[in-house]
Amino acid sequence: MGNKFSRRDTLKFGLGATLGATTALYAPAVLSSDAPVIRYLGTAVNMGDEIEKKLFEDTGIKVQYISKTTDEVTKSVLTQPNSFDIVDSEYFSLPKLVPSGNILGMDTTRIKEWDNVTSIFTKGMTPSGKKVGLQGTAPSKVMYLTGATSGKFADEATQYATLIPTVYNADTLGIRPDLIDAPVTSWADLMRPEFKGKAATLNIPSIGIMDAAMVVEAMGEYTYPDKGNMTKAEIDLTMKIFTEAKKAGHFRAFWSDFNESVNLMASGEVVIQSMWSPAITAVKAQGKPCVYQPLKEGYRAWAAGFALPKTTKGKQADVVYEFINWYLSGWVGAYLNRQGYYSAVLSTAKEYMSENEWGFWMEGKPAAEDILSPSGAKLGSVGEVRDGGSYEDRMGGVACWNATMDENKYMVRKWNEMVAA
Amino acid sequence: MTKISRYFVPKFSWLALPFAAVFFLFFVIPLFLTIIVSFWDYNDYSIIPDLIFENYVYIFEGCFQFDADLCMTFKTYLSTLYFCLLTWGLTLFVGFFVAYFLAFYVKTIPIQIVLFLICTIPFWTSNVIRMVSWIPLLGRHGLINDTLIFLGIIDAPVEWFLYSEFSVILALVHLYTLFMIVPIFNSMIRIDKSIIEGAYDAGASEIQILTNIIIPLCKPGIVIGSIFVVTVVMGDFVTIGIMGGQQLASIGKIINTEMNYLQLPGAAANAVILLFITIIIIITMTKFIDIRKEL
Repeated sequence: MGNKFSRRDTLKFGLGATLGATTALYAPAVLSSDAPVIRYLGTAVNMGDEIEKKLFEDTGIKVQYISKTTDEVTKSVLTQPNSFDIVDSEYFSLPKLVPSGNILGMDTTRIKEWDNVTSIFTKGMTPSGKKVGLQGTAPSKVMYLTGATSGKFADEATQYATLIPTVYNADTLGIRPDLIDAPVTSWADLMRPEFKGKAATLNIPSIGIMDAAMVVEAMGEYTYPDKGNMTKAEIDLTMKIFTEAKKAGHFRAFWSDFNESVNLMASGEVVIQSMWSPAITAVKAQGKPCVYQPLKEGYRAWAAGFALPKTTKGKQADVVYEFINWYLSGWVGAYLNRQGYYSAVLSTAKEYMSENEWGFWMEGKPAAEDILSPSGAKLGSVGEVRDGGSYEDRMGGVACWNATMDENKYMVRKWNEMVAA
Repeated sequence: MTKISRYFVPKFSWLALPFAAVFFLFFVIPLFLTIIVSFWDYNDYSIIPDLIFENYVYIFEGCFQFDADLCMTFKTYLSTLYFCLLTWGLTLFVGFFVAYFLAFYVKTIPIQIVLFLICTIPFWTSNVIRMVSWIPLLGRHGLINDTLIFLGIIDAPVEWFLYSEFSVILALVHLYTLFMIVPIFNSMIRIDKSIIEGAYDAGASEIQILTNIIIPLCKPGIVIGSIFVVTVVMGDFVTIGIMGGQQLASIGKIINTEMNYLQLPGAAANAVILLFITIIIIITMTKFIDIRKEL
């Protein structure tokens, strides 16, 4: 791969130098037959054929997806930083990635829409000024670096960002309203006795423990100073409650794969569980009612963004920055918003969405006409309102963020103990 | 000397070189590295060359306080061994009789081949598809539960059909019986038919022929099949995870989780212990029979 690039670059440079401005007419043809390729490492969340096609149409850049799970993305950044040109990582991985020195600070002066990036990332509040919960690895706490290669987080805004945000969302419990009698309003309802053998949670320790903490707090067992950074005693307490429930047969299953969560819910094996928003859509697409239930204690949020490995330099870095600018310019934002995620730059995405779409997804208004997914599947009928309502209500209701704890090693061990119990 | 020269014919020993090289490159070296890394230190984002025993100490923490509950490591190994033993017993039972049927009751080779291919069906689909397809069969609203309710045999769905020890064992037996069938079948078809005819003519019953001739002559096949099944089940975490609803412990899952959290030295230490235990099991099995002598 490396050789190919340098050959291409040399070719381009050579052509540019010899043909130069005098034959500017020929240049586009030459360049388009020699499309730059970027290797894009990330989770499958924001990878899609449509994005790839549109990108090539608009910019002539080709993208090569390297799709992995969240944990594997982190592993790749740490162990194989030269295997990709750009990484789409979650913010909660940053406490591992940044000290390793394998990713560079992103130069915000090269990002056209930087000033329009939603204040959730830059200030930790919604656009209307409502403060969001900052427990856990909240993006606003790890947004800036003290320098491009410093490896240290900055307390104040600097020129260098850790990640250029791409996509984020607020997660909650998913339920099957047709199989549940009493309304679900709190995280504590996951442990309601009537759901014995019909509840599930996920077997990804770093996310599972956050959901567990939301439950424990909602049950009134304990109030954490910071759910996203527990002490050993707090981990013990949280896991004890879940271990007892597990032993008593409260959980039908734990899931570790997105598709498992869809199957559990669609088959009716489980009626209430920790879930991700596209999984709700997938259950609905099978004709089963499924609600992403807003809960009074708030949401557990996550966010992802772009970074360059230290090995992406020069012309290749220019191409990657061009890609990021295109990514934030609106089309992709609209594409993400239509799936129930949120885009980092709201103003540009709005231009690519119809009034009805914007009203439904972002403002919590009833749909004036059918709501379609990017692939054309029907997600909502006329009059329907999005679960949880508007962007302000959902993101404003965030209680904590996915996190990497100081006691990570201990937490993973305790989680394994629960599975073995 | 004579014993060694039976296995090594110097003139042709170079034929083993390519395979030996593959083994060295892709087995011996990685294994050696795993052992080395198991003594290294680590933090959140890197592994640090060192010589510490903490990774091992950590695994056995609390394991030797006999007044307390069983520690996680022992619990996990017990659960893994339990699955291993049950799967081994069941695959041996099913596999032996399938092979017996194929070898002695099916007369023509084409039909033997067809039936053999049928035995490989579980491997035609991916793990993901198998995982999805068990739910409509064993699930709460699955085919079996619905049928039993329809027939009035049960009133409410049976919960333990899925996400239980039962479903794990079922899936493991379903998958790995083939590993028993192949070597046992191989041993059986090499039995000289005239021996069986001789026994039959001398008045032996089918059961006597089975216990006195076929089983003793199939021992190498049984041991080889057992080694396959035991090693695969000891390291399995995908099947136990999926069929157990991720609520049943397996040592493979612990290693997998540690790898995902970049606790590579910890995972390496666990892997070394798993390897050690598996080797002990295999040595014990081969004590009963000298595979090389019998081949």
